[in-house]
Amino acid sequence: MSKLKGKRIGLLAAVVLVVVLVGSLVFGWTYHEYQSKTKNSLKNIKSAHVMRWGVKSDTRLFGLISPKTGQSEGFDIDMARTVTKQIAKDQGTKIKPEFTPVTTSSKIQLIKNNQVDAVAASMTITPERAKIVDFSNPYFPAGQSILVKKNSGIKNIQQLNNPKSTIIGVMGTMAMETTKKFAPKAKLIAMPDNSQAFSALQSGQGDAMTTDNAILYGFCQQSKDVAVIGGTFTNQPYGLAMDKGQTDLQKAVNRALKEIRADGTYDRLIKKWFGNIPGLDWRELTK
Amino acid sequence: MIKILTDNWSTIITGFEFTILSSIVGLLGSLILGTVFALMEMAPNKFLKFIGTAFVEFFRNIPLLVITLFFYVVVSHAVKINGFWAGTIALILYTSSFVAECIRGGVNSVDPGQMEGARSNGLTYTQAMIHIVLPQGFKLAIPSLGNQFINLVKNSSILSFVAGLDLMYQANVISGANLDPFNTYIVIGIFYLLLTGPLSVFMNHLENRLR
Amino acid sequence: MIYASAFNSVNMHYLMGGLGITIAVSIISIVISFIVGTILGVILFEEVPYFSRTVQFIVNTIRNLPLLLLIFFTYFAMPKLGVELNAFTATVFAMSVFESTMVSQIIRGGLLSVGAGQIEGALSTGMTKFQTLWYILLPQALKNSIPPLISQFISLVKDTSLATAIVLTEMMFRSQVIYGQNPNYMIPMFAIVTALYFVVNYSLSLLSKWFERRLATS
Repeated sequence: MSKLKGKRIGLLAAVVLVVVLVGSLVFGWTYHEYQSKTKNSLKNIKSAHVMRWGVKSDTRLFGLISPKTGQSEGFDIDMARTVTKQIAKDQGTKIKPEFTPVTTSSKIQLIKNNQVDAVAASMTITPERAKIVDFSNPYFPAGQSILVKKNSGIKNIQQLNNPKSTIIGVMGTMAMETTKKFAPKAKLIAMPDNSQAFSALQSGQGDAMTTDNAILYGFCQQSKDVAVIGGTFTNQPYGLAMDKGQTDLQKAVNRALKEIRADGTYDRLIKKWFGNIPGLDWRELTK
Repeated sequence: MIKILTDNWSTIITGFEFTILSSIVGLLGSLILGTVFALMEMAPNKFLKFIGTAFVEFFRNIPLLVITLFFYVVVSHAVKINGFWAGTIALILYTSSFVAECIRGGVNSVDPGQMEGARSNGLTYTQAMIHIVLPQGFKLAIPSLGNQFINLVKNSSILSFVAGLDLMYQANVISGANLDPFNTYIVIGIFYLLLTGPLSVFMNHLENRLR
Repeated sequence: MIYASAFNSVNMHYLMGGLGITIAVSIISIVISFIVGTILGVILFEEVPYFSRTVQFIVNTIRNLPLLLLIFFTYFAMPKLGVELNAFTATVFAMSVFESTMVSQIIRGGLLSVGAGQIEGALSTGMTKFQTLWYILLPQALKNSIPPLISQFISLVKDTSLATAIVLTEMMFRSQVIYGQNPNYMIPMFAIVTALYFVVNYSLSLLSKWFERRLATS
């Protein structure tokens, strides 16, 4: 008798457990779908008085954590700050920027997941990405290049087009795809982020590292025995990214970008970060 | 989910192969190294004992990630070593410290009379250990060794930190491209379960039989 | 000494902040997984028809997955279920879920190791099933489980380093930030991070050995 009762209670508990688990999955999923359909980032930013930016933590000149402050510092961060300030001014309210460190491979996912409102993370505007996220107008003219050890004797990417060469890229970057076009025979390995890719180059895991010139210049500034060679072989300007369909926010960001270019803030920031890079004239960047 | 599987079939299978390869190499390597260090830990010679104990305690108490990155970014300055091997060597070192503890536990639970008996029959310590005590200890250690092997398979995901081409690395590549982490990680999770699930069922069966 | 400059006060201050995060994540996850794991362990031990089997299935599925996969899933995929977590809470969540399943197995083993005679004895003195569990079984099971629990928690402390993958600025991540500035800092950073992890974990394992000896004599 009591054994039968125990069986019934057990079965009931098991069913309840499964129903609750599956139910919360389904509920969560639908809730998220509903939320992302009705989301208006600009409205949320204004009501929270916070704009959440995804920024890099490992990219010299653009977004690099300083052990002193524990915060990312760089051109991207200053841009995000300035744009936030300008939007606040335009909208006539107070908005504080808030920064979350992202990796190259995670930045789009965080936008899609609504963990950040926008991303300022040395991100190239591409038609592929533009299908998934919305970009602002370009804010930095970048192009792909390669970084090698000075004593390697490599002069251009064509020299790497053989099965013996290994090129190091960064997971989730455009550079990985373009490299396949310029050096189809070379072996390609992808590291999770810039600094690990650079460590890999330094420790001889590959013959060259490829990504945007501006990022590579940062490494040149840091280490005397590497050099950017062969110039840029693509034209891949950076844009600020936000979720697809957030036209209000996109308009506000573009307006802010235009205003800070007009009032000279943009030139000041470019000069601040790119004014003393060996082999780079910062005025080129402001055109 | 099916679409992820068909779109990325060759990528996933490559990852699956590297995970299996790393696990098998890791298993063999850590069994051999682990046995050596267990023997050293139990050796009557003070010096050997110290080295054995120091090795086991050192690798048991630091993260696998630290060992892996050490091989990948520091050791590789001197010796060329790619991500797969950096990760696999780290796995061997890390796991062998646990294997050594399992084997030591097994040997310790062998009746001490066995050793005495063998010694009184004229065998040296080394002979008695290798021919009489160790095989029995090994048998007793099988359940805990099995659990270590399951951990080894799971820990091989460390390869993803150093571009080791394993399942976890491929999962990140795939979800970075299709922006569907939810289904991608579930698919990859199923592949891990294909490896660890049967192993764990088998270990449970074995443990119940021994109990 | 080209290495000494790596240990300047700014770097050390930053690194120690990371150790703080490592320890915070560890302690919170240990507390949660101990509580949840014990409850799960009791459910598994009690063999409630159907229910325990269902729980066992879920527990087995989770503990046979790599923790790293669970961390990625929590951070990148849970938001699809309307659960938004930052790097810290995502790590704590993933670790707590994973470690709870591991703890449940240890507790179940501990309960099984208490003799059946004790249960019958307690029941025959008129104690209810719950009282037997609470006053007789659990205390002994927990005592027997202390050494394996501590080993499990050592694993937990080590595994917090996996959270560098989702940019949690714990100790391992911060050491990478520091040697990212200057390649000469690489070896000193590996040395100090190894030493810090070792000190924390080795103290824990000494504690475990002390308990083991005490249990063996009592």
